[in-house]
Amino acid sequence: MNNDLYTYTLRQADNAMILCQRLCQWAAKAPELEEDIALTNIGLDMIGQARSLYQYAAELSDKDISEDDLAFMRDERQWRNLLLVEQPSGNFADTIARQYFYDVWHLAFLQELVNCNDEMLAAIATKSVKEAQYHVRHSSNWVKRLGDGTELSHERMQEAVNEMWQFTPEMFESDEVDQRLLAKGHAADLSKVKVIWDTAVTALLEEATLIKPDEAFLMSGGRQGIHTQHLGYILAEMQILPRSMPGCKW
Amino acid sequence: MQSQEQVKLLEILSSVADPEIPVLSIDEMGILRGVAIEHGRVKVTITPTYSGCPAIDQIAQDVSTVLADNGYPESEVLLVLSPAWTTDWMSDESKQKLRDYGIAPPCRTTDLSQSSEEQRLLFTAPCPQCRSLNTQIISQFGSTACKALWKCNQCKEPFDYFKPI
Ligand SMILES: [Zn+2]
Repeated sequence: MNNDLYTYTLRQADNAMILCQRLCQWAAKAPELEEDIALTNIGLDMIGQARSLYQYAAELSDKDISEDDLAFMRDERQWRNLLLVEQPSGNFADTIARQYFYDVWHLAFLQELVNCNDEMLAAIATKSVKEAQYHVRHSSNWVKRLGDGTELSHERMQEAVNEMWQFTPEMFESDEVDQRLLAKGHAADLSKVKVIWDTAVTALLEEATLIKPDEAFLMSGGRQGIHTQHLGYILAEMQILPRSMPGCKW
Repeated sequence: MQSQEQVKLLEILSSVADPEIPVLSIDEMGILRGVAIEHGRVKVTITPTYSGCPAIDQIAQDVSTVLADNGYPESEVLLVLSPAWTTDWMSDESKQKLRDYGIAPPCRTTDLSQSSEEQRLLFTAPCPQCRSLNTQIISQFGSTACKALWKCNQCKEPFDYFKPI
């Protein structure tokens, strides 16, 4: 089996799955009805992307596994998502900061990946890129509205940006898996993604009258399976049913 | 070239619709990508609108059911992601059907890709009820993945806008 491609696909799937789970926690609790619908719709796009990626990962694996086994039967240390996406939803500004930093990265990452020469990853990216464009527009609008809003919304948005900032450098970390795949034309060039991300985020934070935090202490390890304390709780909630009743069907 | 049997199969499949947009068949929506007969088995290719489209499993099942009801018990439904679904596959007639149903049809994505963020903000979807352009967006995300929520300032009615994608 192609271990690198499997890991690479799994990392993308895990990002989508965990962030979807976080967004769904807003169902019936968002500040307004439209936002409730927006956040869960974005979550729906992500679970769709996650399914396509898990199906492909299952195909790449040499074990007899399904997309559901990958989503529901792996323990914390086997998850490969970024630390950013597992951070708690906090208040609405925290959710928006997490989402905005991820959305800008995700869109730039997908725009790189549509040209990769792995047919399946390119196909999934081409489909996802259309959805990601709507996601970025949504979270950018909120960063501007809250940052350049009332005194309280500005304060909350700035605090959220400061809090989530430490998890952003991990998005651009390139390890041996990335490098080997990039050399074969199978992966996104993260150095290019970083340039696009930096430019977009710097401009938007300024427009939103927010201060861009200084270079942060690098929090990383998610892609190697070393997570913050939050992931275990997400998995416990997400996996309880299939784990307590293995093989159950509706 | 469509064989006579393919024409017949397309006719049969024209009764299958996306349960979220019952006014258009899967062919009119662009979800149906191909019908072929291989070794006596019908092979139908479909593509999801959005990655997370919850209707796609239902559509696949409806395809098998309607084929079985019409004398094709052995069929296979294949799901493909590429080329990625686009609203540009909808014909003008399909868009008119959407409008008549009360959903503002999508503009062409090619028109959209050349416009700046400012131009996008100036864009207004015509109200499907009274045709007024005095409308405004309420949310990019609406009742289903494929629709945005708008309201008409003229007739005061809210409406769904089919998002161009
Ligand atoms: Zn009207």
